[in-house]
Amino acid sequence: MNWTAIASIYRFEMARFFRTLAQSFISPVISTSLYFVVFGAAIGSRIQEVEGVSYGAFIVPGLIMLSVITQSISNASFGIYFPKFIGTVYELLSAPVNFLEIVCGYVGAAATKALFIGVVILATSMLFVDVSIQHPFAMLAFLVLTCLSFALLGFIIGIWAGSFEQLQLVPLLIVTPLIFLGGSFYSISMLPPIWQTVTLFNPVVYLISGFRWSFFGIADVPIGLSLLAILGFTMLCLGVIWLIFRTGWRIRS
Amino acid sequence: MSNILSITDLRKSYAGGFEALKGVSLDIREGEILALLGPNGAGKTTLISTVCGITTPTSGTVTVGGHDIQSDYRAARQMIGLVPQEINLEPFETVWNTVRFTRGLFGKPRNDTLLEQILRKLSLWDKRKNATKELSGGMKRRVLIAKALAHEPRVLFLDEPTAGVDVELRKDMWEIVAELKKDGVTIILTTHYIEEAEAIADRVGVINSGQILLVEDKDTLMAQMGKKQLEVELTEAIAEIPAALSQHDLTLIRDGHALLYTYDTRADRTGITALLNDVAQAGLVLNDVQTRQSSLEDIFVDLVSGERA
Repeated sequence: MNWTAIASIYRFEMARFFRTLAQSFISPVISTSLYFVVFGAAIGSRIQEVEGVSYGAFIVPGLIMLSVITQSISNASFGIYFPKFIGTVYELLSAPVNFLEIVCGYVGAAATKALFIGVVILATSMLFVDVSIQHPFAMLAFLVLTCLSFALLGFIIGIWAGSFEQLQLVPLLIVTPLIFLGGSFYSISMLPPIWQTVTLFNPVVYLISGFRWSFFGIADVPIGLSLLAILGFTMLCLGVIWLIFRTGWRIRS
Repeated sequence: MSNILSITDLRKSYAGGFEALKGVSLDIREGEILALLGPNGAGKTTLISTVCGITTPTSGTVTVGGHDIQSDYRAARQMIGLVPQEINLEPFETVWNTVRFTRGLFGKPRNDTLLEQILRKLSLWDKRKNATKELSGGMKRRVLIAKALAHEPRVLFLDEPTAGVDVELRKDMWEIVAELKKDGVTIILTTHYIEEAEAIADRVGVINSGQILLVEDKDTLMAQMGKKQLEVELTEAIAEIPAALSQHDLTLIRDGHALLYTYDTRADRTGITALLNDVAQAGLVLNDVQTRQSSLEDIFVDLVSGERA
């Protein structure tokens, strides 16, 4: 392994993040506060509790997941798309690095940024509601795995995208709806039975459920299944990336 | 001199069936400057991209310092530096970080002293804290060179380093190349400026339609293929070449004010004495006489048009 190369890519990508640290920090704080105002105050006044947890606290894991997933995807897809767009990708292709090293650098940096934002949102939430974390290690593990797996997905999108519009397409058309319909702001037990079944085909349900379990000990699906889902998703993304580099699809002529 | 880079029967075909490289074989000696000349679309950039790992070859082998570019790509790529044709730089990052990034990417440990030397040599030291987007076009090109040198490559590819660059900067670039050669770096540069090859190369390769037409020492090439021309300027214009001079290969130029004689410098006899005698015999009065040597450009045009014919 060319560790120096991984560290270089990671550092270079993190530098982009630090250049815009203020906006990286401010936007999640503001959007989280808005969610609390809208969901917490408007809906929270009608729904007091969900399975014994106050509604305000109940949406915290979903809120974190919402931002962490979108951030992981956009950071990683932009991170690899940008060199393609401005042409500096020649350097990656001519360097003595393999696909795993490139992925570690880019995905590692994208996941770190998303993790940072996740922590910022958690801290902001704590200003609004009382949040307890029953299984802190599981919570951290879920958070890190989510950051990593969706950064991998973002990496694939970034390689696939041929324009900035396409870069936005998958997150906008697929990922955001999946997150909103994945029980971020409600428990799937609140849905009619038929929709409960349909919802189980949404992979994000397993993530949010598992993540919420680490906070409150309540889950829509068994925790083992959640863990399996996220591990499976990570492996799938890794497999696709391995294939991309093997065939040189969209990167090497 | 041993070969540092060996290309054997390299072929590259694209999905559409276009064959960009049709069996290129080329050996590059350690420490030399090889200029690869060719018109647009000749395959120069494809050749470089393939050697550097940006393009996957269809068949053929390339070794750098004995390392195969595919089976032993790490060792091979570590020896190569590439200055691409297009100016591709991360716009918001500083010169220093950009150059440092490349060194790390190639797996080399941090060495600020070396990077300082490189930046100073390229007159970039004062700009090291500037974002690359703030630099002029010439400066950006220097940054690309600095990046290519950051991991101490033994072989440097310069893909049209002076395309669209003003005369002064071109001269600067030539000086930089000469300096690098002094440091023992092997340099392969592509260009379609013949004068560039003439000014700095040790050997010249001509590539057209994906094939190497010729690789030769520049001086040998020019001596071998160099034709010389003698221009005999007359005091009074003539309407046609006098019959007495018909045995010489002459053309009447400048509305009959001068005779142009083409001869071969390698021939036993250039025929100049006989010509001048005959000119005097024919009663023509000379005003001036001058000779000129054909340039690499003429040779190049001959070769490429011969190929097309």
